[in-house]
Amino acid sequence: MLRRISLYLGAVWILSLFFVAGAGAEIGIDGDFSGRVNVESRWFPQAGAFSGQGSHAIGFVVLPKLYLADAEGRSFTLSPFFRYDNADPRRTHADLREAYFLLFGEIGDGEWELRVGIDQVFWGVTESQHLVDIVNQIDLVEHPNGETKLGQPMVNITWSSDWGVVEFFVLPYHRARTFPGKSGRLRLPLVVEDEDVEYESEAKDWHLDFAARYSQSFGALDVGLSVFKGTSREPFLMPSANSSGAPVLVQHYGQIRQFGLDAQLTVGSWLFKLEAIQRAGARNLLGMEEDYVASVFGGEYTFYSVFGSAVDLSLLGEWNYDGRGRNATPSRSPNTLENDFFFATRLAFNDVQSTEIVASILGDVDRATHALSIGLDRRISDQLSLDIEAIHLLSIDQADIHYDTRRDSFIDLSLIYNF
Amino acid sequence: MIPVRPIYLCFALCLILLACLPVCADDATSEETGLKIAQDAHAREKGFSNFTAQQTMVLRNKHGQESQRQLRVKVLEVPEDGDKSLFVFDQPRDVKGTALLIHAHRESADDQWLYLPALKRVKRISSSNQSGSFMGSEFAYEDLTPQAVEKFTYRYLRDEACGDLTCTVTERFSVDKKSGYRRQVVWRDKDELRVWKVEYYDRKNSHLKTLTLENYAQYLARYWRAGQMTMVNHLTGKSTVLTWTDFEFQTDLDDRDFTRTGLRRVR
Repeated sequence: MLRRISLYLGAVWILSLFFVAGAGAEIGIDGDFSGRVNVESRWFPQAGAFSGQGSHAIGFVVLPKLYLADAEGRSFTLSPFFRYDNADPRRTHADLREAYFLLFGEIGDGEWELRVGIDQVFWGVTESQHLVDIVNQIDLVEHPNGETKLGQPMVNITWSSDWGVVEFFVLPYHRARTFPGKSGRLRLPLVVEDEDVEYESEAKDWHLDFAARYSQSFGALDVGLSVFKGTSREPFLMPSANSSGAPVLVQHYGQIRQFGLDAQLTVGSWLFKLEAIQRAGARNLLGMEEDYVASVFGGEYTFYSVFGSAVDLSLLGEWNYDGRGRNATPSRSPNTLENDFFFATRLAFNDVQSTEIVASILGDVDRATHALSIGLDRRISDQLSLDIEAIHLLSIDQADIHYDTRRDSFIDLSLIYNF
Repeated sequence: MIPVRPIYLCFALCLILLACLPVCADDATSEETGLKIAQDAHAREKGFSNFTAQQTMVLRNKHGQESQRQLRVKVLEVPEDGDKSLFVFDQPRDVKGTALLIHAHRESADDQWLYLPALKRVKRISSSNQSGSFMGSEFAYEDLTPQAVEKFTYRYLRDEACGDLTCTVTERFSVDKKSGYRRQVVWRDKDELRVWKVEYYDRKNSHLKTLTLENYAQYLARYWRAGQMTMVNHLTGKSTVLTWTDFEFQTDLDDRDFTRTGLRRVR
């Protein structure tokens, strides 16, 4: 599978380079090549819950980006991704993060935009989780916080004018979530099968999904209303057995319909944020279909130039709610965000190195699951930057599905070369 | 106690008023003159429609260590309101493709959006950060974004020679409480009303920074733009040299290039 993807990526890549070198210059195509390479080391101070799990992982990431545009601004973007990880073969993976054509033009007072290919879409405003954000699948092996996404094949039409922005998506192909392998850390007691994925729809991963969003700014208020109909991005994990009879978890993707609302009010140094969804057709933790409402709301306040220094101090607080309560499916490892608070503080030093420190805690109100995260970002030179992150799992409740990750606190060190 | 008759009191008040009259009148005139200069300078700027340019910033600390920033700037004139501007970062490379969209307003707080290319996220951010450093440089946001005439009160100070030219020296006081400055002293030449020097005084009224502008060039036979702006911080000894190049006026930019969807398309 991986080899096939790699070959495919290589071919596209070489063809593109030929295209730039040859035709580009002659027909007035403007090109830009950029990206990053990073070496990364992840250290787990405690031994894992399962045999075969290592305490140290090293690896690297390659993420180049090619951008080609003609004089009218029509463009093609290509951004393949590859990660090598020495501890978990499942974390060694490739993806096409972006590979799309972009066209746009005028329509009346407004404009239209068409994106065809593989792209990433971000919806929402909150920080502790991204409830309404549903277009892309999560690349979970990258980070348990679920912020990294897999590329999604799409046809996306956007129409914007004074009355707002309407985005419409046709999503012809479904990507299965990535999960750590047997030797990987931060995994469930059973390994999630990656070869065999089950779908509710007979069309399997080729089911035609639809999504749409309307957004508008009313002065200080930004509002978005969204709808999604199709294959869920969140799998239900079914206990099963693999071909050799070993117990595994099989990903099952049902057909769902989701309505979403996101809003942000920006007043002075305050940001007030809200995200809410209503989802129908999804299975709960017990494997039964249960329609539900979930929300996250909170705010962010920034003290600029504290004590006469250049440092900005931001305080963030959010509360996560899921109407299914204890039957809610886990949304951000290790927490099941059914009644969880999130507090964070961000120190932006505004120095030449753009040093930034973020510390956050995500805790369950009813259960003993609390995770602490501290991160430091700093630029070393024009092209090099350093990213240090420590995730400390203070405690995980026995009732939580992520109980077996309780010894998976880690320190991650990343040296990034940007070009 | 000597009884004070109301008539005497009235007389005394009149005397005080009379004594103060020339000063007060002079004050009113200096404020009017200051405002007039700002309005005239603004009027000369009108009608540029839009422009694009490249910015290179060289940040230098007191030990002489340098680091560089490169960005592209697009500005759209909005009649009867503040301008719209778009900053796209090219260097340092870790923020390449990051873009800042500002819709400035005359009467209310500005609207600002930040585009983060790694997450493809458009984030509405607070515009209260007027006094914060722009990209770690000695320029604050309020030093770089176009400032509407209404955002200050003015006082004309004097005329004096500046190089081969004669300059008017005006003080301006920010109406916005978020401003990091108590006052700014601005030198403009009398012929073209170009700014040659600005002294920034912090909230404690100590001389914080000095901006000097050089290499003026005229575009479309009307609009003057400085090619180089040097900001020196007297408190820290740090400085930033901002060089503007590749000015292009009245390009085919319009409103559509300054929207949230336009922001997502930025390269």
